Amino acid sequence: MKHTLVALVEDKPGVLNRVASLFRRRNFNIESLTVGHTDQPQISRMTIVIDSDNTNAYIVEANLAKLVNVIDIQDVTHQETISRDMALIKVRVDAGGRAEIAQLAEIFRAKIVDVGADSVVVEVTGDEDKIDGLVELLRPKGILEMVRTGRISMLRGNQARKESNGNGHYNGNANGQPPRDAAPSSV
Amino acid sequence: MPRLAGAQILFECLVREGVDVIFGYPGGAILPAYDAMLQYPIHHVLVRHEQGASHMADGYARASGRVGVCMSTSGPGATNMITGLATAMMDSIPVVAITGQVGTKVIGSDAFQETDVTGVTLPVTKHNYLVSNVEDLPHILREAFYVARHGRPGPVLVDIPKDVQLATMEFEYPTNPIQLPNERLLKKYAPDEYIARAAEMINQAQRPLILAGHGVLLSGAMDELLAFAEKTNTPVALTLLGIGGFPAEHPQCLGMMGMHGGVYVNEAIQNADLLLAMGMRFDDRVTGNLKTYSPNSKKIHFEIDPSEINKNVKVDIPLLGDLKMSLQKLTPLVKPNKHDAWWEQLRAAMEQDPIRDVLDWESPDGLMSEHVIHDLWTATQGEAIVATDVGQHQMWEAQYYLHNKPHTLITSGGLGTMGYALPAAIGAKMARPDAEVWVIAGDGGFQMTMAELATIVQEKLKINIMILNNGYLGMVRQWQELFYGARYAATPIFSPEFAKIANAYGIPGYVIDKRADVAGVLDEVRSSPGPALIEFRVKMEDAVFPMVPAGANLQDMIKREKVVQPL
Repeated sequence: MKHTLVALVEDKPGVLNRVASLFRRRNFNIESLTVGHTDQPQISRMTIVIDSDNTNAYIVEANLAKLVNVIDIQDVTHQETISRDMALIKVRVDAGGRAEIAQLAEIFRAKIVDVGADSVVVEVTGDEDKIDGLVELLRPKGILEMVRTGRISMLRGNQARKESNGNGHYNGNANGQPPRDAAPSSV
Repeated sequence: MPRLAGAQILFECLVREGVDVIFGYPGGAILPAYDAMLQYPIHHVLVRHEQGASHMADGYARASGRVGVCMSTSGPGATNMITGLATAMMDSIPVVAITGQVGTKVIGSDAFQETDVTGVTLPVTKHNYLVSNVEDLPHILREAFYVARHGRPGPVLVDIPKDVQLATMEFEYPTNPIQLPNERLLKKYAPDEYIARAAEMINQAQRPLILAGHGVLLSGAMDELLAFAEKTNTPVALTLLGIGGFPAEHPQCLGMMGMHGGVYVNEAIQNADLLLAMGMRFDDRVTGNLKTYSPNSKKIHFEIDPSEINKNVKVDIPLLGDLKMSLQKLTPLVKPNKHDAWWEQLRAAMEQDPIRDVLDWESPDGLMSEHVIHDLWTATQGEAIVATDVGQHQMWEAQYYLHNKPHTLITSGGLGTMGYALPAAIGAKMARPDAEVWVIAGDGGFQMTMAELATIVQEKLKINIMILNNGYLGMVRQWQELFYGARYAATPIFSPEFAKIANAYGIPGYVIDKRADVAGVLDEVRSSPGPALIEFRVKMEDAVFPMVPAGANLQDMIKREKVVQPL
């Protein structure tokens, strides 16, 4: 199954390299990795998606926790989250076909953000399944180019990212898994 | 506040960390630091190859428990240190490596002696730093030592460009407490609830077994382990790096486990109903086939590194945190026990121990390494610090030299680094000048780093060197014999006359090929004031037994055939 890890890391040169190097060295197979700013300067946020059939999510999490530049790391797979992926899809279409693409886009709450003589660019946001669905419908039209951001995730409701309690949340339960109750306590 | 250059600040910080010796080699990009060093009360050991510097810092750390420091210039100086950093990384040894770097203005331009040192050392250090501004230097150095010592120890590298060494600042030593960004994520103490559950599991066990690893030494939990083991009368098996963590001659000590461990030790692991893994990481050399490893036992893992939990072996209770603390909390909660039936079973198996048989052999077809090591143990009464290289002699040392005290076996376990013994022994001797220090090396490994003989002489160190020369890369030859149809590809090795090599450095050299001469030469060498080298010409095709072939079941050990013994 897919596991989603959210990490806060120091925004310093080389930190992304340390994370990527760790994945390579430990032979972790990642599905996607996104990095971006947070509301706090000097802190970046990473969303990492791994397939836990191939790679043990706990081991990934624990190894990330050992990197000095990692401020927090949490497996949010079993928590209520909003997850989004975004795609830009350039589709081959002549003037006659644009209406059909526009209709499809509307169903998916996507937007046409650029129109060329023989192509349009569709922008779509949503979970991966929704984007996969649109991509499959557009594929027969002729996709010229596509880019996806990979998943970003955030906990729902009032839950904010957990501020660790200073005692480490690698309590590890009987299975050595991080306990589910390690969910945010600082609501 | 004095205005100091980066090079001076480096030593201001090192002195405050308690550093009194550095192993290194100067060069262009580290020259400002070397120039500043003269003003500070730090002894510099000039090595003959930077690999020696990182191994010496490692040996220093293992013998003393303090952080070892090595230093080199940029480019080739730094890349030469990598084997030593990787060795320290695998065995969790606190080392700080200082490297010079080309000036910040020319970084990335392929300047003379430029290498991306933080890049190439990333996977073989616990953490590393490139100092881009002199203002960052004081807190980076403090943090480097903190990271090296803290939690699971490891090597840390600080790369300092030449212009940063020359740049000046108003220096004030920082005193704010260090808090690493990731520190809150890592657990210092196991929760009481887990300790209580572990105690319950221990009290119910019929056939418990302690697997004591390097963590016992790194945590300084020797007394706590002894107290726990004695209270519960639990047998103790050791990993290679756990040797010394529990007295070898204690009646509860079974000895080494794993690939070349005792047959009865591995049988005990397979038969146990509870494994107490203390500061060990279920390395493939101790588990053999994971699918059949100790199938009927519950497992409690005392471990400071969360990423080791369930990495190789699934455990029932992880006790994350410092082992010493965990044992201090746990021991009062466990009931005294005798485990008579379990001990009866173990003692019966110990009496069949094939390892000890060989000690009584006559060996008319050549001197046996096992006997030489046994005689060294007898002569030194097990009190010496022994640094080994890697291979057959290393395993024989672990089998026949019984270490009762911690920090007395200095050996490369995880990485298995040949060429380690001689430089590591120099580091150990610098850390423990009063201790008797022996190098045990093979003819292959010794030739990798024997240039450091000059370092011994220049530093006037009393280090005794034993070379067990069998004319082969013996452990590889053994694998070829057992698993590759005795086709000895590239394992026969020519050696110079080691005694004459020693003489060229002004070190007395001896050659011994008879058992009868062993005790005498050991006495002579031990009582001489300076260093000495003894080459023992030993049986060429001896092999280390018992042996679990790589990946085989732990109980399926190859034993020494008694018919080998001529009548």
